[in-house]
Amino acid sequence: MRARRPKLAVWKFASCDGCQLSLLNCEDELLALADRVEVAYFLEASRAVVRGPYDLSLVEGSVSTPEDADRIRQVRKASRYLVTIGACATAGGVQALRNFADCQEFLSTVYARPEFIRTLERSTPIADHVPVDFELRGCPVDRAQLLEVISAFLAGRRPRVATHSVCVECKRRGLVCVMVAQGTPCLGPVTQAGCGALCPGVRRGCYGCFGPAESPNTASLARAWSQLGATAQEVARAFRTFNAAADAFRAESERHERG
Amino acid sequence: MSEARRPTRTVRVDALARVEGEGRLWVRMRRGRVEEVRLDIYEPPRFFEALLRGRDFREAVDITARICGICPWAYQMSAAQAMEDACGIRVPRGVRDLRRLVYCGEWIESHALHVYLLHAPDFLGYDSAVHMARDHPEAVRRGLELRKVGNLVMSLVAGRSVHPVNARVGGFYRVPTREELQSLVDPLRRARDLAEQTVRWVAAFPFPGLEREVEFVALRHAEEYPILEGRIASSGGLDVSVREYEEHFQEIQVPHSTALHSLLHGRPYVVGPTARFNLNFDRLTPSVQDLAREVGVVPPCRNPFQSIVVRSLEILYACEEALRLVEAYEPPAEPAVDVQPREGVGCAATEAPRGVLYHRYRLDASGTIREAKIVPPTAQNQRSVEEDLRAFVQENLHLDHRQLTWRCEQVVRNYDPCISCATHFLRLEVVRE
Repeated sequence: MRARRPKLAVWKFASCDGCQLSLLNCEDELLALADRVEVAYFLEASRAVVRGPYDLSLVEGSVSTPEDADRIRQVRKASRYLVTIGACATAGGVQALRNFADCQEFLSTVYARPEFIRTLERSTPIADHVPVDFELRGCPVDRAQLLEVISAFLAGRRPRVATHSVCVECKRRGLVCVMVAQGTPCLGPVTQAGCGALCPGVRRGCYGCFGPAESPNTASLARAWSQLGATAQEVARAFRTFNAAADAFRAESERHERG
Repeated sequence: MSEARRPTRTVRVDALARVEGEGRLWVRMRRGRVEEVRLDIYEPPRFFEALLRGRDFREAVDITARICGICPWAYQMSAAQAMEDACGIRVPRGVRDLRRLVYCGEWIESHALHVYLLHAPDFLGYDSAVHMARDHPEAVRRGLELRKVGNLVMSLVAGRSVHPVNARVGGFYRVPTREELQSLVDPLRRARDLAEQTVRWVAAFPFPGLEREVEFVALRHAEEYPILEGRIASSGGLDVSVREYEEHFQEIQVPHSTALHSLLHGRPYVVGPTARFNLNFDRLTPSVQDLAREVGVVPPCRNPFQSIVVRSLEILYACEEALRLVEAYEPPAEPAVDVQPREGVGCAATEAPRGVLYHRYRLDASGTIREAKIVPPTAQNQRSVEEDLRAFVQENLHLDHRQLTWRCEQVVRNYDPCISCATHFLRLEVVRE
């Protein structure tokens, strides 16, 4: 008799769907994966819903409404392992830019009748609400890293995901440093690897979509940016995009925002 | 008990599956008449129009990509072209062709996702493509292979398929060499054949009847099937420039949706593949037109269930157009033109996989964004989805609870709604009283 297949669930909170899509983008592996696990809850792909508990829950998106703050606790209770995928789930996402502004004013900018809308003042990562077993970075996550994380949890081992900076990936690819050779400001030195140095690969500076690397020296990088002519506001905005609420990036942006 | 005497009947599904994003649907019937239909969109709002203010005009391209992981290039192109409009520049032909090529990749990727993984399982009675793969493995593999080619086009030219890194105001950061692009020829030829098989496969599906008088809205270009630009045209005779968009289309807010509804002169309308097809059939390649005639889906196509055939015909068109662009490619002299900001307003509309996507920005002299307005396709289709549901349920009260609920979901999925784009979450609920 066939052993029980582990149950996989995929949950969406405030997000663009891009990280869930990265799972569907595993064209060569998708059917093999569906054979190894029981896809028990994945609304974007299936209307069949299998009740929990789930062996592995992948969570995309940030918490930004009172309902979602409750829902993530239910998801945690129903899950043996909970892995967050992407910048929204691990750092609050681009919607965390509201954390630095007046949310009521944001509401009335977009909606004529703000009283119909229920939202929280801040967009926060999943780990602010419940314990998380692993955080996979990226806006969006990298497909290969996602498969590695799923395989690791199915095999009961820690995922092998590097925490060093994008600079290492540039060197590995033999790319000429855009900052040194072209004078293009780049967040690569403080950003976690995982994308494969995509931006330097097209000769632009990294914009930090994988969030802070391990022990990033953001202050030193900010000084190097100003030597290349970046204004304080430009430095602040560079740290304030898709991982704006990640501690290291948030702190560095706050040091520069008032110029 | 006959429907006419039945005081109440309730059908509900709490989470609508196989759509991008989440929401709920609500239809109430009393004594055999549909009383109220509501598409509840409760996806958490993310306030893009507000958070863009104060950002540099060059940053909108990467920020607006994050509105949608399925069609980021559409957002990047509407944003880039709106900024170029504000700054008074036009990109050279080579840059434009390359943008169109990536857009073809996005149409292939997004349409194949919907046709195979989200929509086809409804017609064949499966909960998902994974379930469908047990009986139709070749079909699902064909869909995955098509998606792979679409994603390949995007990642080769634009860096990656979800949130591409190579788009900028004025062009690209780096353009591919001729040799690099040539590597797409074989995969695209293969995709072309798969797309043709797709059209024949879906054209044989059983289509429930549903026809309403609706107004279709799409871009219309002097020479091309519309993707990056064109005038805004409708089946009701509208023909205006993109600059005049807001004089004719209004957005209104309703209590049950975090997505704004959009109306044309106060009336609902439809954007997307069927609208493009109905208004631009003469701009398709002869081979796509011939296949459309062969399978019997020609303008005016008014049955929304047949949108799956139109989407498949557009995959075929996108493969042929991508091949043409690859074969004719000459790298532009510069990857981007220099763009200097100026005070003013710029707007652009492109044809996202799901329909017209309109952006408008107001910049100050330093290039800082002072105001942003974004109208995504799904917001424009919301009212028509509700109207389709009303018409469909009224004609199909004889269906049992399970069948009616599933068909209602399918009616919503006919539009390939992207609720993340429209800003919200969807849940299906049918109440019969």
